Amino acid sequence: MVQLERYLRPHWWYIFLTMAIKLLATGMELFIPDLMEVILDEKVPAGELSQIYLYGGLMLLCAAACLGGNILANRMSAVSSGRITRAIRHDLFWRLETLSARQMDRLTVPSAESRLTSDTYNINQLLARFQRIGVRAPILLVGGVIMTMRMDAPLALVLLSLLPIIAVVVYFVTKTSVPLYTRQQSVLDSVVRVVQENITGIRVIKALSKTEYEKERFHGVNEELAAVDQKAGIITAITNPTASLTLNLGLTLVVVVGAFRVNSGACLSGVVVAFLQYFTMILNAMLGITRIFVMWSKGEASAKRVAQVLAEPADLTALPPVEPEGTPAHIEFRDVCFSYTGVGENISHLSFRLERGQTLGILGPTGSGKSTILALLLRQYDPDSGEILIDGRDIRTIPYEKLREKFGVAFQNDFITEGTVAGNIRFFRDLPEEALTRAAEDAQAMEFIREKESGMDAEVMVRGNNLSGGQKQRLLIARALAGDPEILILDDASSALDYATDARLRRCLREHYQDTTTLLVAQRVSALRHADRILVLSDGVVIGSGRHEELMRSCQEYRLIAQTQMGEGKEGA
Amino acid sequence: MPNPNMIGGGRMTRGETSGDRRHFSDVKLNAPKLLSRLWRYMGKNRRLVILALVLSLSSSMLSLYGPKLSGQAINAIDLGAGKVDFDTVFRCAVLMTVFYLASAGLTYLLNVVMIRLSRTVSKQMRHDVFENLTALPVAFFDRFQTGDIISTITYDVDTVNQSLSSDLLQILQSTVTVVVSFVMMLTIAPRLVIIFVFTIPVTVLFTRWLAGLVRPLFRRRSAKLGELNGFVEEMLSGQKTVRAYGREKAVLEKFDEKNGAAVDAYTVAEAYGTITGPSVNFINNVSLSLVCVFGSVLFLQGKLLIGDLSSFVQYSRKFSGPINEVANILSELQSAFAAAERVFSLIDAKPEAKDALDAVELTQVRGDVELKHVDFSYDPGKPIIKDLSLHAQAGSLTAIVGPTGAGKTTIINLLMRFYDVDTPEDRGGVYVDGTDVRQLTRSSLRRAYTMVLQDTWLFHGTVYENIAYGKPGATMEDVVKAAKAAHIHSYISRLPQGYDTVLSDNGSSISKGQKQLLTIARAMLLDAHMLILDEATSNVDTRTEMRIQAAMRELMKGKTCFVIAHRLSTIQSADHILVLNGGQVVEQGTHESLMAEKGFYYRLYQSQFDSGQ
Repeated sequence: MVQLERYLRPHWWYIFLTMAIKLLATGMELFIPDLMEVILDEKVPAGELSQIYLYGGLMLLCAAACLGGNILANRMSAVSSGRITRAIRHDLFWRLETLSARQMDRLTVPSAESRLTSDTYNINQLLARFQRIGVRAPILLVGGVIMTMRMDAPLALVLLSLLPIIAVVVYFVTKTSVPLYTRQQSVLDSVVRVVQENITGIRVIKALSKTEYEKERFHGVNEELAAVDQKAGIITAITNPTASLTLNLGLTLVVVVGAFRVNSGACLSGVVVAFLQYFTMILNAMLGITRIFVMWSKGEASAKRVAQVLAEPADLTALPPVEPEGTPAHIEFRDVCFSYTGVGENISHLSFRLERGQTLGILGPTGSGKSTILALLLRQYDPDSGEILIDGRDIRTIPYEKLREKFGVAFQNDFITEGTVAGNIRFFRDLPEEALTRAAEDAQAMEFIREKESGMDAEVMVRGNNLSGGQKQRLLIARALAGDPEILILDDASSALDYATDARLRRCLREHYQDTTTLLVAQRVSALRHADRILVLSDGVVIGSGRHEELMRSCQEYRLIAQTQMGEGKEGA
Repeated sequence: MPNPNMIGGGRMTRGETSGDRRHFSDVKLNAPKLLSRLWRYMGKNRRLVILALVLSLSSSMLSLYGPKLSGQAINAIDLGAGKVDFDTVFRCAVLMTVFYLASAGLTYLLNVVMIRLSRTVSKQMRHDVFENLTALPVAFFDRFQTGDIISTITYDVDTVNQSLSSDLLQILQSTVTVVVSFVMMLTIAPRLVIIFVFTIPVTVLFTRWLAGLVRPLFRRRSAKLGELNGFVEEMLSGQKTVRAYGREKAVLEKFDEKNGAAVDAYTVAEAYGTITGPSVNFINNVSLSLVCVFGSVLFLQGKLLIGDLSSFVQYSRKFSGPINEVANILSELQSAFAAAERVFSLIDAKPEAKDALDAVELTQVRGDVELKHVDFSYDPGKPIIKDLSLHAQAGSLTAIVGPTGAGKTTIINLLMRFYDVDTPEDRGGVYVDGTDVRQLTRSSLRRAYTMVLQDTWLFHGTVYENIAYGKPGATMEDVVKAAKAAHIHSYISRLPQGYDTVLSDNGSSISKGQKQLLTIARAMLLDAHMLILDEATSNVDTRTEMRIQAAMRELMKGKTCFVIAHRLSTIQSADHILVLNGGQVVEQGTHESLMAEKGFYYRLYQSQFDSGQ
């Protein structure tokens, strides 16, 4: 919790006020039995009827104050814990969104998800409960101890001497249970993961008849979750009986010591009797405090997990700007090397220049590094050596927002959100309707959008499951085009389109986006042949570079690819 | 048993609750039905429940005995200075020590039993939810956000579980106390009980009224949290795209909206939910005041003895504690009920129609597949497939071509029986080896196919596990062989841990083409008689595709194959080409015959060499 203190700070006064009100209400409540005793012990024997009504009225007043105060304080505790949770979630979501690809790979989405929901929820519960029960118990404890001290200090010390034992037990139980709760949360991550995988992979799982296997897999994590949960529960459950046992043994000791003191005349037997009364109060207060610690263990485990993500160092920060020299190209790679894992190289000594409005085609076998080049240009990763420049400036010196504004991208891994067609093209940007329609036209998406009853407002289901592969791709391309980007990146974005559609798409791109610098990854030579420059990659190394005609002459690999694709065509025709 | 709720005026509600937005199923449950279903879960662990009851009763009894002992000891002390009866004091002290040890032991044991019970119940609930998830038709998951479902299987189950573990037991204990105290008061002063005849109905009515008010709030709270979770899951899965567009701020705004709605729903539910405690407490205090005042008046009128008055007050104080308790728990149960509604609605979501009672296992598959007069629509009234007939002989290769959205993938869905055809059984349907697939068990039918889809799916596991997924017990040798055939071996061997490298679906260092190759390697290990390739190599480059052709042919050899591909070059050798457009077969035949027809297929084929000039 300490790491999250700054989220509590703006609310300290409010929380303080809440607890003060709670304190007041508690005081009022404790006052009621006193008033009653006054009635029964003093006013009734005296037979003062009006006084009885007066004190009865006071009791009602206290009850009303107690009611109002508690309702108010409870409401306030819900408000402040809600606000704090909202702020933590806000920052956490922001941090998760801005994690670099590497960081996210390490964290994994299911874990991110459960930190953002389950863990923040635990923190919320701790905050709200603490405010509600955190006042009364300590007050009663301190009050009870003071009262007993005033009555008979030696007897009170007997009781007090046992409190350290409880403290030690609480300390060790908390120490053991926090890691257990941390583990519980991480097992919960696995549960989330298995469920998530089963939903996204449902077709494959059913096709392979792996349902039973998946049930087993879920059974495994489910068992584990129950086991950890149980273990944590059983350990924290030690606190409560131990605390009451310790105090009760203390009481026994008080009785024995009290017997000696009474016998020696050091104190009156009435004191021992009163002691018993206050003892109940102290015991209940102590049990309340141990409960707070149990809650704290769980909240602390979650707080740590949240704080851990918040503390992730900023990756890929912007460097101080450097003025460009000479006449810069729009995009330039200078001797760039990169490896995902540190083993081998995924991109090796890559250099190329691209002027504004030009198109770069990238071709090469699966896994040769085509998408990696795009990832580097988008600064999803920083190169291990070399530099990447846009308008002559190293992209590491360009502020993040500025850099991202330049791009329109359509990846292979289609991310379609639930909502509408228009919403998917707009993609959280502030774009006019015309831009959406124009982009949809250019992306050849309009033909299927028009067929839908509500057109651009047609519903898109979760993960775009009511769209075919080709429709999804066209939607993604429309999204990329809608922002009229400076740089357009299409990563094998039209692989599911039939040839006629693909051809129309490429024509539109050529005609309507002349100022847009385009990077195009494709499998088909036909999709690239008009590019101003084509890179042929093999294992991260450029083995051919130039225009289609040049490559047909100079690059054997390219010629082979082209011949396979075109050659078979001729044969068929 | 120590009462955890004695501290703090308002007991709070935990957990969040059920969804209005879109229920997972239409089944509506009222409170008694919910309770009885919840009890059924407890009932499965009858021994634990009984043990818990016995333990809690014994610890309650012990708690009565403790004060008695200390009372005796004090009586022995009360004799005054020099006259203390030490024998009795020591005897009591020893007994107290024994008793407190026993009591603590019992309490701990009871806690352990309750923890076991509740964890077992929640495990069972999660199990049941998951069990049903695996039985749901694929279409279900097109309608609900994954995160929303996850929220149910985690938080909602947890909320129910927390309530069950503590609340039900306490209700039982409290009820006992309430009844006993009430009877005691009746015997002392029947007339004063009249006041409670007033407070009890007020309490009951008030609690019911508040519960009715609060339950929808808790429902909303669960639903909003589910929505938030759904949004988070979706956006984090698409985090890379969001980042590529630099839309983090806009997405954050959207998140804030959902977050705000979830927090507001929480605050409102919590604020109202926590009214119960103080209110019932208030009602009790009022009746206490009334008892006190009117009791005094009665005493002054000589109608009541002072001793009776004081013990009556004692009992009524004792009485109010448990009433408070029960009322608080009832309000807390609202949160559990709302959560349970969501859990049960997911458990009740309609699974795929059960296999027909007389469904048979598909064995000895030859692989003869026939579609007769197949009609199909996802939404009633919007037919996707109309009167489609086709016969694929065992071992033949059928290619399905057509523009995007023509219904190609739908045919796969029907072959695999992810959906059932709309055609009545007497008119037609899908037949494998002459049997209507509706008469076959789904699992045996699906096992008869090997399927490679364009949407690849990898799970969080090692490369080896991912490839061997369809064939348990595949050796490393088998896996390496398949990977080599799929031309993905060299990529794998360059990974830091080779075949033991852990992959995940969202992992960024693996390209879609590579994922497709892994999926193909997975398929290579399977030994089914029918094969479906739906754009299986759409993201694989043509050269690699050619290199794996030999292996693919090996894979297809002797199998009835259905191939969807845009690269028409890959399907020229098909025995039968089905040209779809708008859900209907517009042409069918061999490549040669279709080319000769110079129709739709011809134009489609030609267009791929048009290359956009």
